[in-house]
Amino acid sequence: MNNTNLKEQLLADFQQFEGKLNGQAQTPFHQVRQQAIQTFNELGFPTIKHEEWKYSNVKNLVNQGFEFNAVSSFSQEDVNQLDIPNLEGNILYFINGVYNAELSVVVSPESELQILSLADAIKQQPELVAQNINKNSDIEVNAFTALNTAFAQHGIFIHVPAGKVVEQPVILRFISDARQANVASQPRNLIVIGKRAEVQVAEAFRSLGDNQCFTNAVTEFVVAEEANVHYYKIQNESDNAYHIGTTSVYQEGKSVFTANTVTANGGFVRNNLNIKIDGEYAEANMFGLYIPNGKQHIDNHTAVDHAKPNSNSNELYKGILKDKSTGVFNGKIFVREDAQKTNAFQSCKNVLVSADATMNTKPQLEIWADDVKCSHGTTTGQLNTDALFYMQARGISKEAARSLLMLAFAQDVIDKMEIPAIKAYLEELIVGKIYNS
Amino acid sequence: MLKITNLHAKIGEKEILKGLNLEVKAGEVHAIMGPNGAGKSTLASVLAGREDYEVTDGTVEFFGKDLLELAPEERAAEGVFLAFQYPVEIPGVSTTNFLKTAVNEIRKYRGEEPMDAVNFLKMFKQKMAYVNIDQSLLNRALNEGFSGGEKKRNEIFQMAVLEPKLAILDETDSGLDIDALRIVAEGVNKLKTPENATIVVTHYQRLLDYIVPDFVHVLYKGRIVKSGTKELALELEERGYDWIKEELGETV
Ligand SMILES: Nc1ncnc2c1ncn2[C@@H]1O[C@H](COP(=O)(O)OP(=O)(O)OP(=O)(O)O)[C@@H](O)[C@H]1O
Ligand SMILES: [Mg+2]
Repeated sequence: MNNTNLKEQLLADFQQFEGKLNGQAQTPFHQVRQQAIQTFNELGFPTIKHEEWKYSNVKNLVNQGFEFNAVSSFSQEDVNQLDIPNLEGNILYFINGVYNAELSVVVSPESELQILSLADAIKQQPELVAQNINKNSDIEVNAFTALNTAFAQHGIFIHVPAGKVVEQPVILRFISDARQANVASQPRNLIVIGKRAEVQVAEAFRSLGDNQCFTNAVTEFVVAEEANVHYYKIQNESDNAYHIGTTSVYQEGKSVFTANTVTANGGFVRNNLNIKIDGEYAEANMFGLYIPNGKQHIDNHTAVDHAKPNSNSNELYKGILKDKSTGVFNGKIFVREDAQKTNAFQSCKNVLVSADATMNTKPQLEIWADDVKCSHGTTTGQLNTDALFYMQARGISKEAARSLLMLAFAQDVIDKMEIPAIKAYLEELIVGKIYNS
Repeated sequence: MLKITNLHAKIGEKEILKGLNLEVKAGEVHAIMGPNGAGKSTLASVLAGREDYEVTDGTVEFFGKDLLELAPEERAAEGVFLAFQYPVEIPGVSTTNFLKTAVNEIRKYRGEEPMDAVNFLKMFKQKMAYVNIDQSLLNRALNEGFSGGEKKRNEIFQMAVLEPKLAILDETDSGLDIDALRIVAEGVNKLKTPENATIVVTHYQRLLDYIVPDFVHVLYKGRIVKSGTKELALELEERGYDWIKEELGETV
């Protein structure tokens, strides 16, 4: 392993980046970047001494060099190979973090769905961006978010105007092309959903090639009153991929936000899902499924912050851990003093199908209000041997019985998927992973 | 068909079967009775291949094959069926899907083509009538939330679908109401042919009014200590087990 120091590289890169921004360096947004690089410099990359990174060691990641936003000769043919069958909708491609308009297809009318690259949005819609960015940010405590913000440029800005129901889903496909060299990307997406608007948004991460790749993604949702958002995060990256991603959500009253986070593959994955419910009668749903094998490491940190009364949150994460894989679940629920009559439910269930797999779970509840209903539970166990024997006694081989039980375990999370093509794609990935790995 | 000779089995350090002998021929119905804890379910589990039990001595031949050498699923494919005393609940797997998998795994073992969906459906419908089981039950997750009686009925339905050569019914009658008992027993009788055999484990003579046994055995402390015809069951119903213990020279 080489001894490149990623932090040094990035601080130097920032100087260059600023130099190339020309006019943009004068925009108010650039001050946000400058502040962010300072924060990153002060925080530095976390070590396992950091409470939030106790089980997820980024040491190997930060001792490597990466080429950020590398130009890739990614062609339509390559795209076709990575196709998600029967998927229809607005499909936007990001190759090594850079939006590729040529490969992308937008089918929804502009009256429903406004799409701009983030760089263009910063120039053309500076106020809308300023009003909505960092609404529920962990930038002060998360070095990766600070880093992403410092370099925020590539990524997408999506605006669904008030009252619009976007019929076709919006699919963001992030492809790390590591066929030539170690590559890294820092997509930054801002998705603003107007009052009573509805949309389905999926982020799908893939990687190609044998070199290392690193994605440091931040996606923000600002969900206005009575809006309804269904969000999917789908990860199917190689064993040499590092993914650190934060999805931040800010919800107003009577809005509904549902997140499905499915990690089929990835070498080192850290997902942060932070939701702030800042209005009454809102609902947040967080569902997750992860199936690591080999030496894969999958870490899900979720936080839901109930700031106002009468809202509900509901969380179910499930993991099937094979071989020598490791998993982490940390689920925080905050109920602020004002947030009376909050209902918050959290559950994380895991099956270790190998004696060498490990799962670390930590529910964290901090409740300042007194009239609330909260529950949480985490379980980590093995496949039920009585059930296995029962199935074998009916002629089903042990391996098939194990697979059936694993699939049955995952089924209720799979059933939360509402976009048929996404559901079918994930089912196939999950079945493949369960039966063949 | 089945020949058990001097079977010894233990779980952990505890020896439960202690030299059990039993022979079952095609076309026969055997009833096994005996006090709680005698080892009846243990015998059933050992025959079905449960790994928790260690066979320390003895042999079990099934159509001339060494049954103890086979994995549970291979025994099932060879035609052994165990109706569980306590059927297991399996959330997330529907009975229909489970049985489709089972049927096709068994067909694969036998070198047969998988059964297609249409033929499945036809076969299912036919077998459902045997035990008067409802489609809605079969669409639900396997045994999950089923009543005690529904679970038992589902066991016999599975038996009807899999058409075993040797069926071992472990207290299938317990938990059944009077009508269900009759329906289940009739189902078992309809499935009877000169080629297959049934071992019925039960505590109650009542079941044997419907499923008439050719032989009745008393299993006690891990061995068959007495065998007779259906009259033995009547006698046990009347007198309990003490007289048998006395015959064995135990003071009661
Ligand atoms: N896992 C185990 N560990 C220790 N002892 C066990 C275990 N499983 C069964 N036994 C013991 O083995 C003995 C036989 O049990 P078994 O279930 O075979 O009895 P049974 O004849 O079926 O009784 P019943 O009529 O109550 O169903 C009992 O004493 C039981 O406690
Ligand atoms: Mg028993």
